Amino acid sequence: MRYSGFRVFREGLRRNSGWQPLWRDPEPKPAYDIVIIGGGGHGLATAYYLASEHGLTNIAVLEKGYLGGGNVGRNTTIVRANYLLPGNSEFYSHSLKLWEGLEGALNFNVMHSQRGVLNLFHSDGQRDAAVRRGNAMINQGDDAILLDREGVREKVPFLDFDNHRFPVYGGLFHPRGGTARHDAVAWGFARGADMRGVDLIQNCEVTGIDIEGGLVRGVQTTRGAIRAGKVGIVVAGRSSQVAAMAGLRLPIESHVLQAFVTEGLKPCLDHVVTFGMGHFYISQSDKGGLVFGGDLDFYASYAARGNLPMAEHVMEAGMSLMPMIGQARVLRSWGGIMDMSPDGSPIIDRTPVEGLYLNCGWCYGGFKAVPGSGFAFAHLLAQDRPHETAARYRLDRFRTGSGLMDEEGTGSQHNLH
Amino acid sequence: MRIECPHCGERDLREFTYRGHALALSRPSEGASAEEWDDFLHNRDNPAGATQDLWRHDPCGAWLVAERSTTTHQVRATRAVRGGEA
Ligand SMILES: Cc1cc2nc3c(=O)[nH]c(=O)nc-3n(C[C@H](O)[C@H](O)[C@H](O)COP(=O)(O)OP(=O)(O)OC[C@H]3O[C@@H](n4cnc5c(N)ncnc54)[C@H](O)[C@@H]3O)c2cc1C
Ligand SMILES: [Zn+2]
Repeated sequence: MRYSGFRVFREGLRRNSGWQPLWRDPEPKPAYDIVIIGGGGHGLATAYYLASEHGLTNIAVLEKGYLGGGNVGRNTTIVRANYLLPGNSEFYSHSLKLWEGLEGALNFNVMHSQRGVLNLFHSDGQRDAAVRRGNAMINQGDDAILLDREGVREKVPFLDFDNHRFPVYGGLFHPRGGTARHDAVAWGFARGADMRGVDLIQNCEVTGIDIEGGLVRGVQTTRGAIRAGKVGIVVAGRSSQVAAMAGLRLPIESHVLQAFVTEGLKPCLDHVVTFGMGHFYISQSDKGGLVFGGDLDFYASYAARGNLPMAEHVMEAGMSLMPMIGQARVLRSWGGIMDMSPDGSPIIDRTPVEGLYLNCGWCYGGFKAVPGSGFAFAHLLAQDRPHETAARYRLDRFRTGSGLMDEEGTGSQHNLH
Repeated sequence: MRIECPHCGERDLREFTYRGHALALSRPSEGASAEEWDDFLHNRDNPAGATQDLWRHDPCGAWLVAERSTTTHQVRATRAVRGGEA
């Protein structure tokens, strides 16, 4: 069913009796050309682009829970292309362009809102770093505007500009950055893949990967064995466990990242604002809640919930930056399982097992990557060679030391990003 | 999360610094191959469930190994890192 203004009008007249489920609920077939493990944003986007760009539709996405129940439905929805290093720059730039055409392509409202991302700086040194990053963004063909203190004040007058420790000197504004509705992104890609014939199979946990003579043959699942010509692992925080089924040990550690949302408020915050010195960022959802978060809890975790010290730190940072936030009540907090790589950048690559492909290492930044990653991973699966935007996301870069993408310049080691 | 320091008793998470999986204690020897170093530095078992990780109790400076669950955050036991172990 295609969505349109006319359809909404017609269903309004017919007491909304004509709406249909967004996707089928098929039984798994005994065999597929390609099996995608993981029905998060990246897995669903991969299936969609395999069908739409490469005409491959004998595909299943196997999801152990429900579609969109992982990080894709737990993140703070920031979409941006303000990376510094070659490799990341072109990849996220491409992903943002896909975002800009996504609603038309999917015929689905993902509520993509380019409200602008504002990164604050608080010293002369940080201003220099912001100029450098802005130039990198402009060289990549994206947009960046350097704002002085007054420029920031015009946009967000309620910040504590004269904070003693971190006075606001200015900000780097990225107008094309913004947010999107996370669930809708999962649903839109799911519907798009299903419409083209992809089987989306929920409550289907992969428990083993069948390999014969170094060649992948299929997977074992809680709903029986499924044969496959190729298998893609796209399971975010669970990457180490699923890769271990194929005898692989990955350069990944799983960590918890928390987020928070307040009660719904009238519109008060027009942009996404990041306060790097306090490890704090915030935006306002279309429902009115202030959505904010901070850094990892910084210990290995699969609990999908965090501890109080980080919650406290995030609240303190919020109060330092934006004292008015103290009047709002926090409604909920939650956590997600992050697949942290040593250099903080992702992996989209083949594995030593023939026919087995890997997409992981998105850390805390993989939501904006959903279209770009699906596009590039579909290309790799279909053509057996990397897409040019993701050619640097190699699994062996840690072993060789060549092509590391350490955006923060802290070193390619676990627990530093 | 509360962690028992072998010297100071059970203390709040805020007093501890995390140093990753306790494999940091089994550093490859000087002549080790590049592959061994790569494995040590980058690759992880990353278990969902029981793990052993390395923490520093900042107030007293002790390094300790915690037996901890990554799915429940429960710390089952801790012990001080012995001299020569690291
Ligand atoms: C609190 C928080 C805030 C964030 N904020 C942002 C942000 O503002 N901007 C941004 O760009 N990114 C953000 N991220 C990161 C982003 O959400 C993730 O990087 C991204 O969603 C991960 O990819 P995914 O959507 O495919 O993962 P998931 O949705 O986690 O998908 C993986 C799926 O694999 C399934 N699976 C696992 N094991 C198996 C198995 N054995 N068999 C079958 N299925 C399996 C899981 O059930 C899951 O549904 C944030 C994350 C969190 C937690
Ligand atoms: Zn102590």
